[in-house]
Amino acid sequence: MTSAPEPSKQGPLVGLLVTCLVDLFRPNVAFAAIKLLEAGGARVEVPRAQTCCGQPAYNSGDRADAVSIARQVVQTFERFDYVVAPSGSCAGMVKVHYPRLLADDPDFADRAEALASKTFELTSFLVDVLGLTHVDASYRGSVTYHDSCSSLRELQVRDAPRRLLASVDGLTLVELAESEVCCGFGGTFSVKYPDISGAILDAKLRNILATGASCVLAGDLGCLMHIAGRLARERAGIEARHVAEVLAGMTEVPAIAAPRQMR
Amino acid sequence: MENSSDTFKTNVAHALADVELQKALQNVKRGFVVKREAAKAKLPEFDKLRDEARAVKDHTLSHLDLYLEAYERKVTESGGVVHFAETAADARAIVLELCRELGAKLVTKGKSMISEEIGLNAHLEASGIEVVETDLGEYIVQIRGETPSHIIAPVIHLNKEDIAQDFRRVHKQFATARKLNQVQDLVAEARAVLREKFLKADIGITGANLLIAETGSSVIVTNEGNGDLTSTLPRAHIVVASIEKVVPTLEDADTILRLLARSGTGQEITTYTTFVTGPRRDSDPDGPVAYHVVLLDNGRSEMLGGVFADMLRCIRCGACLNHCPVYGAIGGHAYGSVYPGPMGAVMTPALVGIDHARDLPHASSFCGRCEQVCPMEIPLPDLMRAWRERDFTRGNPPRRERLLLKAWAFAAKRPRLYHALANRLVPLLAWLARGSGSIGRLPFGKAWTRTRDFPAPEGKTFHTLYAEKERSQRR
Repeated sequence: MTSAPEPSKQGPLVGLLVTCLVDLFRPNVAFAAIKLLEAGGARVEVPRAQTCCGQPAYNSGDRADAVSIARQVVQTFERFDYVVAPSGSCAGMVKVHYPRLLADDPDFADRAEALASKTFELTSFLVDVLGLTHVDASYRGSVTYHDSCSSLRELQVRDAPRRLLASVDGLTLVELAESEVCCGFGGTFSVKYPDISGAILDAKLRNILATGASCVLAGDLGCLMHIAGRLARERAGIEARHVAEVLAGMTEVPAIAAPRQMR
Repeated sequence: MENSSDTFKTNVAHALADVELQKALQNVKRGFVVKREAAKAKLPEFDKLRDEARAVKDHTLSHLDLYLEAYERKVTESGGVVHFAETAADARAIVLELCRELGAKLVTKGKSMISEEIGLNAHLEASGIEVVETDLGEYIVQIRGETPSHIIAPVIHLNKEDIAQDFRRVHKQFATARKLNQVQDLVAEARAVLREKFLKADIGITGANLLIAETGSSVIVTNEGNGDLTSTLPRAHIVVASIEKVVPTLEDADTILRLLARSGTGQEITTYTTFVTGPRRDSDPDGPVAYHVVLLDNGRSEMLGGVFADMLRCIRCGACLNHCPVYGAIGGHAYGSVYPGPMGAVMTPALVGIDHARDLPHASSFCGRCEQVCPMEIPLPDLMRAWRERDFTRGNPPRRERLLLKAWAFAAKRPRLYHALANRLVPLLAWLARGSGSIGRLPFGKAWTRTRDFPAPEGKTFHTLYAEKERSQRR
């Protein structure tokens, strides 16, 4: 026996569920998630065989495709100690909906349950499982935090992102009024009913502007692209970022939808 | 009422452009929400009550035939008559026949969503019977020739100025110069008009919030007392209610009543909670001499035991409407159905068929707040999704939407192909943004860029960047 291995060599093995939106639009979020998970003592692997959690099919009524994709995710991720997603929506899909989708599948029902029990949204995993209370990051300015509906209601994640943000040096969190109200994104809803989606967003934007914060954070890239897209359209002068970027101190990448010259 | 759920998108465009409607929705959206929260906070056992109420309904629904028979027996014992109506047309015909038998010229009505569901007023009016709604909101809706835009607050879409204008138009008996700018003025005027109708009515028709099998009673909750005047003053009282309203005992009714007002208006209890059992007894000084109950099925027994059975627990409190961001943005009329909001998005396809109401269960962001506040713990988003699945199976979604979804799913099930495509798509989108951070007009994605810019991708996919990083570390 040699000397004791480094903590990170024996920490839990986490499979990172990158999520399709982060993969396509915001790789910085996944890199930030890896940094945070490793800081919390976990070993992180990124299986290449992942695409999407299947929500677009599931919520469009295409159950057959949703079931196939769910099986694929179970097969890809079941070997890990934990599965972590930088998204309440995708984590909620695996945690809450996979067991129901695969309940009648004799080969997958138990495996879906097992996967659900070890799948977490990033900030709640950091706080509730890894016991992280403090991050080594600084951010100058005041921010507000948007709770995604799936984080808040499906996964009951509310305190974890706030606790971690409180430890960021220089950061002030201004709470959003009506924080339990949807921003109007809703996945495919945002393009099937753009006018309703936009009207709901209007109300959210008024509340965001009222905080006086210079940056809005959230744990779900879907909500963020929707909110940031409107902030850009209106040149509102407020940044939008994924909470992981701030917690990992990785804010050198321009904010979501922000002009590149701001760099 | 005439269903216009199949023109949902046009209805929405009108609703969003209607300045007065948007103002009215702003005014009230927060009222019910804040009041419900306060009422819930004052009742520590609220969530325990929800479990109990759910159990009461689930039990009743699994033995619905038995409880309906028991209820009918008790109504008959108390001197009333129960009529079973399989369809809306049957229910209308039964009520009209009763009106004819009783020689009714004037009918007063308490608030009843079932009478809206079966289109009762128009049917009676077509036979020369005068029908007067006596719930203030319903009365206003009636004189405007509209339908209720909310199941418990029919005129939530109006401002008091709109109503004053309608009163001036319709109530020609009053001085033109009268003051109508306060809510009290409007209430006083409506009271004066309605009082006469109450006294002259031949038949009173009410709905029922609950039916009690143990006693044969019907229960209504109101805040104006109009329900009591409607059910007690005329010669006959007709209750129109749907079959799932029955509960076994008075105790069970109490469990549900404790949740109903708190969830809907945020009141601990409504101003009036009225239990009616049969017609006037010999010893009673007054009351109707005839008491009839028309029990409507209209597709409900088909919902029993199926995926949508949970919906039959609904007590029509309106909490899901009040907390729905979509309802809050477009109001009730845009749904084109008797039942708007999340409960309407589940109920309407059951009533008119998914082919005629396919937008309703789709027009939800699945934010889940409806389910969170539902006192009967109805999984509304799951039920809406179940309708989407039926809609998809029936091939209803537009061709372009189905093809896109299928193409995406094809790739999502093949990771290598998916990543190859992603590696083509991302640089293309980045190029479209031309360094500006976002895309103002997205070709093939105008539905997104209609109301917001499309954020540009960073430049390469995460998987590509991660693989590059791993390679460089190995070097």
